[in-house]
Amino acid sequence: METVPSQLFLIVGAALFSIGLAVVLLKRHVIMVLMGIELMLNAVNLNLVAFSRHDPDRLQGQMLALFVMVVAAAESAVALAIVLQVYRHFRTAQLDELNELKQ
Amino acid sequence: MLLTRNVLYAAFFLLLTLLGVAALFVLAGADFLAIAQIMIYVGGVLVLVIFGVMLTHKREPQAATDSQQPNRILTLNRNWVGVLLVAMPLFLALYTLLTRTNFAIMNQPSPVWRTTVDTIGKQLMTEYIVPFELVGILLLAALVGATYLASPRSNPSTKHGNRT
Repeated sequence: METVPSQLFLIVGAALFSIGLAVVLLKRHVIMVLMGIELMLNAVNLNLVAFSRHDPDRLQGQMLALFVMVVAAAESAVALAIVLQVYRHFRTAQLDELNELKQ
Repeated sequence: MLLTRNVLYAAFFLLLTLLGVAALFVLAGADFLAIAQIMIYVGGVLVLVIFGVMLTHKREPQAATDSQQPNRILTLNRNWVGVLLVAMPLFLALYTLLTRTNFAIMNQPSPVWRTTVDTIGKQLMTEYIVPFELVGILLLAALVGATYLASPRSNPSTKHGNRT
């Protein structure tokens, strides 16, 4: 099989990271911000996997990518629970309207 | 995902992106991670995100009765200019950096591919046993915390929100 050059993975990872950063900065919905964070974590995982191809005996990059995935899943579960409580309290999920600590 | 204002469409575009990243994992020779990506992200995180989108939907009175209207869960946008001023130079800098850099590890001939499942299993049980157990404890704590946080309280200030 013709192997894909690893530079292309890194460039795709850079593009994904930039798009995720733009989503985090641009959108004001809480869940959009969470999705942007997931996209940035995926970009990091892509870089780790691309470098891990040259390390087939220990696979350190893939192990770190696995742990990043698990931590991202836990993070999104807790964050969505918090978002649900915030929505129940404030009746909105737009970040700029959440400007008081106690209602 | 960046261009649409509908949060639900953005979630579906995120689904496409995650599947594409899983395909790239396969191309990079990480078969176990590709399956894990599909199972964890597409099967778990994205379902959670879509649930979150639908549960935090602010119902508009005229749109709720009209079934012909598409389901509009919109997000507000910030200023485009500042975002582009941050994200585009970041991408250009990374692009020039990555195309000019000569990574020493990539000049070596790529080793013959074999399946990564047994290597990952051995590594998880030997070298990475402590992070493995820590991640297990973290997942347990996150599950318990998420169910506690999302459960409806008997607090009178939040009670009216659950009924609607």
